[in-house]
Amino acid sequence: MKSLAINRRNFLKTGGSASVVLALGFSIPAHSEEVVLHKIPQTTLGLEFSPYILIDDTGKITILNPRPDMGQGTYQSMPALVAEELEVSMDQIHISQTNGQGKYGSQLSGGSSSVRTRWLPMRKAGAAVKEMLIQAAANKWQVSPEECYAKEAKVFHKSSGKSFTYAELVGDASKLEVPKNPKLKDPKDFKLLGKSMPKPDVPLKVTGTAEFGIDVDLPGMLYASIERCPAIHGKVESFDGAAALKVPGVKKVLKAERAMPHKTVETVAVLATNYWAALQGRKKLKIKWAAVDHNTLSTEKFSAQMHELAKQDGHDFEGNQGDFAKAYGAAAKKIQATYETPFAAHAAMEPVNATVWVKDDSVEIWAPVQGPDGTIGELSQYLGLKPEQVKVNVTFLGGAFGRKAYLDFVKEAAYLSKQAKAPVKLIWTREDDMTQGPYRPAMLSVLEGGIDANGNVTALHHKIISESIQKQVFKANITGKADGWAEEGVGAKDSPMAIPNIRRSYLNASTDLPILWWRSVYASTNVFGHESFVDELAHAAGKDPLDLRLELFKDSPRFVNVLKTVAEKSGYREKLPAGKARGMAIARSFSTICAHVFTVAKTADGIKIEKVVSVIDCGMTVNPDNIKAQTESNVVYGLTAALKSPIVFADGAVQQSNFHNYPVLRINEIPQMEVHIIENQEAPGGVGEPGLPPIAPALANALFNLTGKRQRKFPLSLV
Amino acid sequence: MAQTKLTVNGKAYTIDVDPEMPLLWAIRDFVGLKGTKFGCGMAQCGACTVHLNGTPIRSCSTPVSVVKGQKITTIEGVGTPDHLHAVQQAWIDEQVTQCGYCQSGQIMSAVALLKEKPKPTDEDIDLYMQGNICRCGTYQRVRKAIHRAAESVQNSPVPATKKTASLER
Repeated sequence: MKSLAINRRNFLKTGGSASVVLALGFSIPAHSEEVVLHKIPQTTLGLEFSPYILIDDTGKITILNPRPDMGQGTYQSMPALVAEELEVSMDQIHISQTNGQGKYGSQLSGGSSSVRTRWLPMRKAGAAVKEMLIQAAANKWQVSPEECYAKEAKVFHKSSGKSFTYAELVGDASKLEVPKNPKLKDPKDFKLLGKSMPKPDVPLKVTGTAEFGIDVDLPGMLYASIERCPAIHGKVESFDGAAALKVPGVKKVLKAERAMPHKTVETVAVLATNYWAALQGRKKLKIKWAAVDHNTLSTEKFSAQMHELAKQDGHDFEGNQGDFAKAYGAAAKKIQATYETPFAAHAAMEPVNATVWVKDDSVEIWAPVQGPDGTIGELSQYLGLKPEQVKVNVTFLGGAFGRKAYLDFVKEAAYLSKQAKAPVKLIWTREDDMTQGPYRPAMLSVLEGGIDANGNVTALHHKIISESIQKQVFKANITGKADGWAEEGVGAKDSPMAIPNIRRSYLNASTDLPILWWRSVYASTNVFGHESFVDELAHAAGKDPLDLRLELFKDSPRFVNVLKTVAEKSGYREKLPAGKARGMAIARSFSTICAHVFTVAKTADGIKIEKVVSVIDCGMTVNPDNIKAQTESNVVYGLTAALKSPIVFADGAVQQSNFHNYPVLRINEIPQMEVHIIENQEAPGGVGEPGLPPIAPALANALFNLTGKRQRKFPLSLV
Repeated sequence: MAQTKLTVNGKAYTIDVDPEMPLLWAIRDFVGLKGTKFGCGMAQCGACTVHLNGTPIRSCSTPVSVVKGQKITTIEGVGTPDHLHAVQQAWIDEQVTQCGYCQSGQIMSAVALLKEKPKPTDEDIDLYMQGNICRCGTYQRVRKAIHRAAESVQNSPVPATKKTASLER
């Protein structure tokens, strides 16, 4: 493991209050994994850096959460990592959110990365402060630090039982060197980590007191609603806002813009003293949009393009092995199948919104964004300001699933605030959310497999055809090569299959529909074809799909363990009564392995998804109960994508606009869910997404086993 | 615009709004209570659920003129962090929430369900709660929490007022 984070400390005396604050923080280079502790000159809090841990002499302990909470649990998991080593309980701490400044390192909630990248740095910060507090106490007692220990925000002297509170030690501790290599606790001594514990945000969320972006109120702010071209790529030829301006409360109607990464389009905005007035004004707008070429937007044409590309040879991903073409040519049995997944909307419950106040020489933002650091970067660039002129306040996020890392909505609000010279709160309607994107890109999986005379799988080729997020959103040039991001879940790194000749290749299909990562990103689509096809190979080879997987993953003990565990917990080997069937799938994504076994049943009303048993191996854990919750969440989110309406762009607009025609799973539709966590001492993996990729193929495999009909395209039918 | 009298959580408010304004926006933008959420604007998702004389309604699709003078209860009127309703306590005990955005609406529906059916079956819950969407997929825990709340109400008719969270399973 490489060396991680640059650690910095800061001690300060806050003016007037005489309160001494011990503060220790660190910034983490994006890809670094090891903490290096550095002593830094004493400076004033807020100037040099804002630390993760603040202890003042009233005993108040504040821990900053560097990862916005969108439901995945960072509001607890990040502080818990610090609290464990600092020897404080969760009810002794105050939790605050970092504001995006560079010194906190990457603050993007995404890629199921929070616990797995912060596992050591956050603990190390807590451990370093604890050692300083212990040393301060030892000095006061004139004993060695080995004779002392910390517990519940106090330092105790072992033999005498004397103690000091952290508050009493903070002044002295602040004068000490930061330990370069604080000793971390042995996991067997953990009091918090690895134990199910209640999340501190739950009481706020059951009483309506948690503040989401949409709840932000500023004095004198205007509410905004924006009319956008149904064909997304709007150019305003002319508009008439006279009728809108007559709506009581409407203050302003103006041409505005939506800056997406690949294109800035024109819109018309209505600003009013309340949101309802803005909506009413918007309905009265008369806008003439310039004609839009629908060919690059039509989802049907995109599908046709992918199928056409399927005939071509793809560009190789890294990690291919053997000679697929040769082995396939020589195979006794050859099978081929093509799988297709459609565009999908995130449809987080809280529609995107932002409150922005552009002043003369600065801007302040209150918004449910996945990354405050990225928000500072993008907004300073958009507004022509320096990063230090942009202040971001992150609220709770009412769901995000990737969407709230796409900052078009923050820029829209900033544009309007600048024009109106007032704070502006922009709220998208549900219709805006569903009809304007961004979406999970549709994709095609072309699979070929070869089986020898002994029933061994000797050759496998997965050709991935899709639009590239890296290309459209991040301007990467992927011409003539494979998009390295696009093999998630099935690439050599994630899917260590013991097949001697294995090839993964890529072809880029192009669309102007805005696209973006969507919970588990490419793995959410790649794994559907990949793991469905493993079942097809098993059937062709005359093997049970579990047995074939045990063969294919024989060199990867953690896969084998997950497979065996899910088989055991689900009773996979036990015979089911007629009219019922099971199906399984497994995948690794975001460094975590997850497998599901579905049980489905024929009923008078069609097929019922009775039960899903899930096993997840995410290494060492913070909060097992939350891991179960996230896995249940992935089951429901994954089933919605597999079973419900795709996003279709036709006749000049996205056809799905709200939950009546883009239905999502409701309480009466969920299967019984049972989640088991593998206990081990492996490095922590992701949790927020890895449960999702194997959902659709596990269900599709169960449906095949029930009906004998292979479904290779979403939505999967339960008839 | 018209002067409209609203009674929210036992408190009287007079607001000057378009009579057609949905109760949701009157509650959020004029009364200033933010616990009731906007999710769809067409009574599809239930995030905006409040009680009108004890009965759940979708405030996003109910004009303020229809409910004036009547008794409206929002999530803030059900219980506070210091004085939790039995349903809220059950939600904490089962750790139901993830993002939490839909949960005000879920709880308003659950409170009403338990008033109608103090001991609901899974089927009762599914039928009653299917108007409330949760994209985080907390449904299985919603069910468990409703059963738990039903039990706690039966065991102690006075609503629970525990402050601390536990995680006993």
